[in-house]
Amino acid sequence: MIALSHAYSIPSVLVFVTSALLILIGAIGVISVKNPVHAALCLIMTLIGVAVAFVAQSADFLAAVQIIVYAGAIVVLFLFVIMFLGVDRREHIHFEPLVGQRAFAGVGVVITVAGLITLMARSHWVSGATSVTTKLSSGNGNVRQLGTAVFTTYLFAFEATAALLIIAVVGAVLLARRERPSQNEESA
Amino acid sequence: MNVPAAWYLILAAGLFGIGAFGLLTRRSALIMFMCIELMLNAVNLTFVTFSRTLNDISGQAIVFFVMVVAAAEVTVGLGIVVAVFRRRSSTSVDELSEMKG
Repeated sequence: MIALSHAYSIPSVLVFVTSALLILIGAIGVISVKNPVHAALCLIMTLIGVAVAFVAQSADFLAAVQIIVYAGAIVVLFLFVIMFLGVDRREHIHFEPLVGQRAFAGVGVVITVAGLITLMARSHWVSGATSVTTKLSSGNGNVRQLGTAVFTTYLFAFEATAALLIIAVVGAVLLARRERPSQNEESA
Repeated sequence: MNVPAAWYLILAAGLFGIGAFGLLTRRSALIMFMCIELMLNAVNLTFVTFSRTLNDISGQAIVFFVMVVAAAEVTVGLGIVVAVFRRRSSTSVDELSEMKG
């Protein structure tokens, strides 16, 4: 299935290589740099690589959302918290509190990834039913299909996400609120 | 002809592995959250790839919901990090050991 041939068009291969480099270099940066600010910037690199992969697979809307929501909101939230707390002190990476933790983690991750790749290479997953919900558009871009699916088939899940976001915002405000015991005593 | 879907799936598996390794080895709660984001993005990439392979929009719709859940998770998680930092002046998860038996 993964047989290399020269039948693939050059632009698609170039786009894949670009997104793969962005994703892998950024991801390795996130787990290896000491400064949390640099890790957040490496995370942006990975997210942009994933957006490139989305565009290459004609998921234009998701690529835009990926940039706006992830790179524009979530990473900025990370940076805000890092700056706000002043935790740009460096972590001692080479100190292992549990002996052999790193080796065990490496072995477990290698087994997991090897299992996933073996599963992909040996199974016949494309023999399942295709186009169960809605077909993709024949051209580029699936914004119309995605909107129709979200607002009809997945309407209940969509409404549930609204409730989820409200609950998350209220919970975050409650968690991060500074308690003022003096004012409570005065009011009591 | 476009590159086969298997290339993107292997890339997503690698990204998931890197995120999992970081989550298991780093001890700063902020970096652990970033590694969770890496793993979520790997799964999103898999969903979009299967959406293209199976010619079905459901994969992309699910990615949309995963992004919403990720945003909510980061909001609450960073709220917890701020609350913990107020009490201990550190974000290292090794110091949160009160519930050790």
